[in-house]
This record gives sequence, C-alpha cells and structure tokens, in this order.
Amino acid sequence: MKMRGARILLEALRCEGVNHIFGYPGGAVLHIYDEMIKHAESLGIKHYLVRHEQAALFGAAGYTQATGKTGVALVTSGPGGTNAVTGVANAFMDSLPMVVFTGQVPTNLIGNDAFQEADLTGITRSCVKHNYLVKKVEDLAPTIKEAFYVASTGRPGPVLVDLPKDMTAQELEFSYPETIEMRSYKPQTQGNPKAVRRAVEAMLEAERPVLYIGGGAIHGGAHDEVRRLAERLNLPTTCTLMGLGAFPASHPLSLGMLGMHGGYWTNMAVNNCDLLISIGARFDDRVTGKLTEFAKGARFIHVDIDPSCISKNVPCDFPIIGDSKVVVQQMLDEVEQMVGHGANITPRQGWHDQIAAWREQHPFWFKEDGDIIKPQYVIHELHRLTGGKAVVSADVGQHQMWTAQLYGFDHPRNWLNSGGLGAMGYGFPAAIGAAVARPNDLVVAVVGDGGFQMSCNELATIKQYNIPVKILVINNGYLGMVRQWQEQFYEHRYSHSNIEVAPDFLKLAGAYDVPAMRATKASEVTAVLEKALNTPGPMLIEMQVAREENVFPIVPAGAALKDMILA
Amino acid sequence: MKHTISLLVENEYGMLSRVSGLFSARGYQIDTLNVAPTLEEGVSRMTLTTHGNDHIIEQILRQTLKLVKVIQVTDMTANPHVEREMVMLTVSARRGEERQEVLSLVKIFRARVVDVSEDALILELTGNGEKVEAFINLLRTIGIQDMVRTGPVAMTRVAAVRALQQIEDEEEFSELTLNEKV
Ligand SMILES: Cc1ncc(C[n+]2csc(CCOP(=O)(O)OP(=O)(O)O)c2C)c(N)n1
Ligand SMILES: [Mg+2]
Repeated sequence: MKMRGARILLEALRCEGVNHIFGYPGGAVLHIYDEMIKHAESLGIKHYLVRHEQAALFGAAGYTQATGKTGVALVTSGPGGTNAVTGVANAFMDSLPMVVFTGQVPTNLIGNDAFQEADLTGITRSCVKHNYLVKKVEDLAPTIKEAFYVASTGRPGPVLVDLPKDMTAQELEFSYPETIEMRSYKPQTQGNPKAVRRAVEAMLEAERPVLYIGGGAIHGGAHDEVRRLAERLNLPTTCTLMGLGAFPASHPLSLGMLGMHGGYWTNMAVNNCDLLISIGARFDDRVTGKLTEFAKGARFIHVDIDPSCISKNVPCDFPIIGDSKVVVQQMLDEVEQMVGHGANITPRQGWHDQIAAWREQHPFWFKEDGDIIKPQYVIHELHRLTGGKAVVSADVGQHQMWTAQLYGFDHPRNWLNSGGLGAMGYGFPAAIGAAVARPNDLVVAVVGDGGFQMSCNELATIKQYNIPVKILVINNGYLGMVRQWQEQFYEHRYSHSNIEVAPDFLKLAGAYDVPAMRATKASEVTAVLEKALNTPGPMLIEMQVAREENVFPIVPAGAALKDMILA
Repeated sequence: MKHTISLLVENEYGMLSRVSGLFSARGYQIDTLNVAPTLEEGVSRMTLTTHGNDHIIEQILRQTLKLVKVIQVTDMTANPHVEREMVMLTVSARRGEERQEVLSLVKIFRARVVDVSEDALILELTGNGEKVEAFINLLRTIGIQDMVRTGPVAMTRVAAVRALQQIEDEEEFSELTLNEKV
C-alpha cells in the first residue's frame, strides 16, 4: 500500500519500538501531525504536546536518561528548529541517544530564504553525532533506520533528521530495512585483550588505586560489572556528576562525587592515588581542575568507547577502546585468570584508612540556623522521605550540586541533569520525560527559582496529561550559583544575580490549576514534603531557603583539586 | 610540524563542511585541502595538510575518524609516502633575455609552458612541496603576476602498505588501533 511520507515516518517509529514522542507542531510538519491524529494510537505511539520546543528536547532527554531508550522529538522548521538547538547541544554534550525530527521548507524552496526556513543541518552540525536532510522520499525509511542506529550505538548522541515538507507529502510503498551496514561507522565494543591484561596487571600492582566512573558506565549499563570489579579488587570508587548512580552511593567503597564540588576526601583520594581507573569518563575540566596538577603521581587507565576521548586532556598510560560493560567484564575475567595463576589481591587497608580519615576531617556539612530553611536540609529530607529511591531531575545551579552531593543515588538512571552543557531550564521538562517513561516511579524535579522560570510554561503540559511530577523549587531569590561566584571571586559584587522580583510560585501553579504547597520555616519542611510527595498527581513545592548559602567544597575555576575551598 | 592527512569519505551532501567545520570548531588549522572522487563509486578522498604538535595531530586523526561518514583516516606523514602538488604561474617573460631565463628554469625544473603571450607565459609544474617552493622563489625575482596552487595529494609507498598490513596481522596492540575503524 502506498502511503504519504508522513505516515512512513510513523510506521518507521513503530518499527523502532518508539512509544512516546515529544513535540510541537507548525506548518512544515502538518502532514505528520495529520497522520498522527489518524494512526498514532493504533501504532502505539503517544505524542506529548509541550509548550516550547526546548522542552520537547529536554523531555526526550529525560526520557532517555531515565530508561536508556532513544528519545524522540518532533518540531517544525525555522523557529521550531532553532528553539530546539539547545536541546540538541545538551544531548551531544551528555551523549544522550536521541533522534530529532525537524520540519523543513519544501525541497524546491530550500536556499530561497523561504518563510520559516533555517539551515538546520548547518546550524546543528557541530552539536550532533550526525544529521540528515532527506531529499528523496525513497531515502526516508532507510534514513530513519540509520538515524536510530547511529544515535543509539557506539558513543550515543543526538541525530537530527530534517524533513522537507514535500518529503512527508509524496507517496511511496512502505518498507523498512531490517539490517544496516555502514562501512564508515563500526563502533568497537570489545577491548583489546592485551590492553586489558596490562591494565589489570597495573590494578593488581597499585597501592593507592581509585576507580573513576563516568556517564559512559550508565550508557553502557555497566553498573553491575563496575560494582563487582570494585568489590573484587577493593577499589575506592568515585562517580562524576553524570556517573552518579553507576555505583551505589551507600556502598562502603563509595567516595561520592569528585571535581569542582566533590567531597574533600574524594578529591584528596584522586589527588594522591597512584592509579586512576577511568570507566566512561572524559576528564572534563570540572572534574580535573588544573590539568597539570591532576592526580600528578598516578598512572591512568582509560576505558572509553570513543577513541577521541583518550589522551585528549591527560596523557593515558593504558588506553582501552570498548563498551564499558564489555570491557569491565573482560577485566573481571582477566582478574580471575591471574588469581588462578597465583596473583595476589591486596586489601590495601592503609589506603582505605587514609581516605576514611580524610572523610572524617571534612565531611559534607552545613550549619543549621534556627528556623531558616537550609537548602541542604531540604535535600537531606527528600532523601530520607523517599528512601533514596526517587527519580530526581535537577536543574542547573547550587541546588543541583547540593542534590548531587547529598541525595545519595544507589541506582543508575535515577539522576537526571544537564552536565556537559549545564543548561538552565532542563530539570522540569526532563522530569516530565522521565515520568512519562516510568509512570510507576516517583519523579521529583529539584529546580532553582531561576531555572524554573525558564521552563515553568510546562506546568500546562503536566496539567494537560496529568503527569505526576513533583516540582521542588529551591527558592533563594538569587541566581544562586552566580551569586556565590560573585561573593567568592568578585568581592560580593552581586551584579544582576538578584531575582527576588519573581512570581508568587503558589499563585503561578494555581494559574495552571496545579496544586502547590510552600514551606518558609525549617520546622515545616518535613511535613510539607511528606504531604506533597504523598499526594497523587502533579504538585509544586516551594521551599523558601536561606538566601546566601554556598556550595562547599569548591575548587576555584582553573585551580588544582587540592586547593579546594572548604568553607 | 606539518602533516598530510588523507581521508576517505562518503561522497554525501555537506561532507566538506562536516570536516572543515570540525577543524574550525576545535581550533585546528587547515593549510591546504583537496577533494576528488576515487575509483569506488560514492567515495571521495580528501587530502589536507595541517600543522600542530603530536597531541593535536592525534586529536585531529581521532576526531575526523569519529565523523559518522568518514571511512578511513591516514596520517600520510607517519609513513613513507609520495606527495605531489601542482602550481600554475603567470610570469612576465618579455622577448629576449627574460624569456630565455624563464625557459631555462622551466627546463631545469621540468615544468611546462601551457600558454604564451607577448610578454608573459603561463607555466605548470608538478612536484613535492619543496620543489614547488624553490621554483616559485626563483621566479619571484623575475616577476610572478599570478599563481594558483592545488595543495598536495599523497600516496603511501607500496612497501609501506605491506609493512603496515603485517603489523595488523600480528595483532600487536599499539596506538595504531585507536585511529582505525575496525
Ligand atoms: C541557560 C543558562 N543560562 C545561564 C547559565 C549560568 N548559570 C549557571 S547557574 C545559574 C544560576 C541558577 O539560578 P537558580 O536556577 O535560581 O539556581 P540556584 O543556583 O539559585 O540554586 C546561572 C545563571 C546557565 N547555566 N544556563
Ligand atoms: Mg536560585
């Protein structure tokens, strides 16, 4: 049967097992929306209409962060596409598998400065894993197949498919390719056995090893293997911001998060280790601080699926290209072989004791201050009341760092945030995507008063679909992270970071007919949180917190990890 | 140090801007660039020259290889290879001594005269970079009115190809494997 390109797109999505898409209509994609109203339901596809294209992308990103399934977004040409660019860049920086469909003016108008024309493949070229402009309707189905394949394999990333309007109007017999073979794209999953052996030898020799886990371990689903490796070799284990949950925070070997706002003991351990074993992390500047001072006395093992990550920032002694899950399993096998041949696994008690002493010296702490709500206390209570089991989506700022430090993630895919791009406005829409993907889990968006005002329009979305996201607004009346830097590094000159002129968040929620609660005193926090979390459906919770609290420790930008400021 | 890098790419729309965009986005320099079809349908070869320390070159090789439609990346400079570029020059060559001098240089360099007029010649020369440079420098003193250079193309020497094959067969682990699509 012949069908319009628009219908072919939907059929292809079904073949890819897509059940949810986030989008926003416009002229160039109207054929697609027209087919959608007729066929989406029978194809098992549900479309969520957001209130701004950026939220469609962030929703799809939250969806994939919470599940590992490829996120899908659909927006129109021109302004629809340009509004989506931040979301594409975010997915690129955090290696999120996403396929983004954008409308485009008809092929005969491309290049004419037509109404709502933007060169979306050109604009996004530097922030996609790959992108396509479909120029023949015959290419449509194979392109979609390739797009999903490229997005979800190797180092995952966003793939954009630009669809000129005539491509969705022309008719063709639908057939979907079953297999795919690309001579130019062959991700390597298996680590080189010799490289693995040399790395394991180094692990057995090391006296002060640290295991350093990044987002790649979550993408690769390597959490079990990582835990077994840490336990088998007694490896103190730290996670990056993106890797939180890949190793249980409550595990005795857990060091928590490292880097700019990492724990004192964590950064000290990294700074003093003699072997740093990196799995799916990329030695980001927010992790390493001053590069020349980073883990100066250590050798580096670096497992990464992306060869270009290896030795990009620090020279690596033991590079291993491969999938995190596969390679760590290879390492485990290699360990058993060596033990079989008489190799010894040392307890390294002295090293563990040293780290414990550092931890005792400077744990995460905050001062209570009468009835003023400390933001850290809110996160602490959120953890307690949810048993650490909620899916938590943070925005960007101080509240994000406190959540990363204090929530204590024991499971992968329960922690969503915009790490690489650090895009304010991410937390709330990402939580919507997560709640759509995991309707049986409690999903909490921890957002700042600043970031929430970049995304609060999505209150209409959760109202329309009754999506049970709990929005926890940490309201300090400041662009808090900016204010902190201005306090610490610009002598208290709070230039344009005061945002106390803000809507009444309860009334704002009320305008969207979303229920809301507020706490203004420390003594109210627990009761308000408890009640809000136990009320089914969407809910906004405003916490009016201490205005000038700071995130500690902090490694000043460009300084060495060991030069962190503690209080 | 200067490096000549050879890329095999899918000949698809936007391919050139993907490669050049990568260079500009990451702050690398393209000194010369050459694109043309290969024997295989749908595959083009780009030959580019760039410069940088070992670390930068390593990153260039890996980042370009990461592009989804790049099939192969070779750092020609790392192995014995032959490089050629072509230059065309319009030089002033008035009848008499000047023209004789130009023609003798043409002979020495095994260049060719491809166009003649009253007082100027168009010359064509193929050779490696050094030879081309030397030719240009000598002609400069006489008077170059116009010049176009193609930038080099390069080919690995046959013996070197065999040696590399052998390393691969022995499956020796090296940094080499970081720079290949398997
Ligand atoms: C889109 C965007 N613009 C600007 C920034 C820079 N920035 C980082 S944190 C921050 C302040 C965030 O304020 P708020 O949302 O209230 O969170 P808080 O730090 O107060 O917890 C700003 C402006 C950013 N990360 N993203
Ligand atoms: Mg704030």
